[in-house]
Amino acid sequence: MQGNGAAKKRPLGTKARNSMGNIIKENLNSDGIDRRGFLKCMAWAGTGTLCVMQGGVLKSFALGRGNSLDRAAIRGDFAFAQISDSHIGFNKAANPDVTATLREAIAKLNALPQSPEFVLHTGDLTQLSKADEFDTLDQSLKSVRTDRIYYVPGEHDVLNDNGEQFRERYGKDTKGDGWYSFEHRGVHFVGLVNVMNLKAGGLGSLGNDQLAWLKEDVKHLKHSTPIVVFAHIPLWTVYPEWGWGTDDSQLALSYLKKFGSVSVLNGHIHQVMQKVEGNVTFHTAMSTAFPQPAPGQAASPGPMKVPDDRLRSVLGITDVNFVRGKHTLAVVDSTLAGS
Amino acid sequence: MKPYIRNVVVCAVLLGVVASSAMIHGVSIARAAENKNAAVTAVTVTVDNFSFTPKEITVVAGTTITWVNHDDVPHTVVSTDKKFKSKALDTDDQFSFTFTDSGTYAYFCSVHPMMTGKVIVQ
Repeated sequence: MQGNGAAKKRPLGTKARNSMGNIIKENLNSDGIDRRGFLKCMAWAGTGTLCVMQGGVLKSFALGRGNSLDRAAIRGDFAFAQISDSHIGFNKAANPDVTATLREAIAKLNALPQSPEFVLHTGDLTQLSKADEFDTLDQSLKSVRTDRIYYVPGEHDVLNDNGEQFRERYGKDTKGDGWYSFEHRGVHFVGLVNVMNLKAGGLGSLGNDQLAWLKEDVKHLKHSTPIVVFAHIPLWTVYPEWGWGTDDSQLALSYLKKFGSVSVLNGHIHQVMQKVEGNVTFHTAMSTAFPQPAPGQAASPGPMKVPDDRLRSVLGITDVNFVRGKHTLAVVDSTLAGS
Repeated sequence: MKPYIRNVVVCAVLLGVVASSAMIHGVSIARAAENKNAAVTAVTVTVDNFSFTPKEITVVAGTTITWVNHDDVPHTVVSTDKKFKSKALDTDDQFSFTFTDSGTYAYFCSVHPMMTGKVIVQ
């Protein structure tokens, strides 16, 4: 189904057309070489989605509950996972026990068919940046079966101290406000901070220092190096009225134009959304704590109360399989409700 | 989360605390200082659904404004020119600042910067 020549020539499989044709609009250039195109797909909270990217073309499949998708088909050279927005300390109606749902998310991670070699936490670890909230998170995440967990802060993690405690705990080897990069099996990962020094009336912000660092960080990499960027607030403008975007993300992305494969993983909006533009695939993850409304569908982006028996269908994890040589990145979102 | 009830309460508080206040297009003008007996003037601004209400408020010098957060998420009240700055306010937390000098004070929530407000001190 994925990762073969036939699939490359057919950007959207029949199955994808049938299941998501009503929300996917495609406009592909048939140049036969780099197959750069534009394709957009969105999936609101509660929908599991599988996206496979090949040379800039995204294939997307809706995962219904009970769908017998053969995960072995997307098994790659290595896998990593993303969790986001744990909000430890939150105890309001939208989810009075966020530690319990985090534990369920961890169980989900530990049950993945291909163990994640590392996990990315894309911010809002805590609700109020309190030491005991960070402690509870750390205690819970000890049970994740993986080699390492990488973090970037959300705005809830840097309250009152400009992120000092966050960096002390999770960012000792980072630059500036906590940004960094690392290599893993030939893939270049970049963790960015866009929740600090925000300006009145603005969106998320990277700032000049971080942008200068990013430009330098990727300058000497080969164009064929796959790039994965992760940050809390989306690096594309999802819905500016609710602050769901980053003011200077276009400049950051301009430094990544030369690369054949760029994947951007974000949190913050507590729902799955995806977009592909040229060489860049954007993806936001579900929260492990509570859902937020779809853009503009409520008076504010605050925590959304859903019926108790629905909560676990709007929380979840993301796992990513990377297939070397095919520029293939398979992103799978799974809710806590799924088997 | 009942914004209607909250707004009614807010209006009641404003009416109760501020003598002869007028609400025009969300702009509240407090004229409490006209009452010479009012040595201290107090006004409340609420935070509901990621916005300050009223968004713009005019008070006389000496007025203390108290911001109360009614949301399920933390917000801050930060002056854009660093005249005042609250800690993160959790649900029902409040922050007060007394405006002694006349002028225009723009402020925002540093956690959600699209939330902006203005205090005009006469």
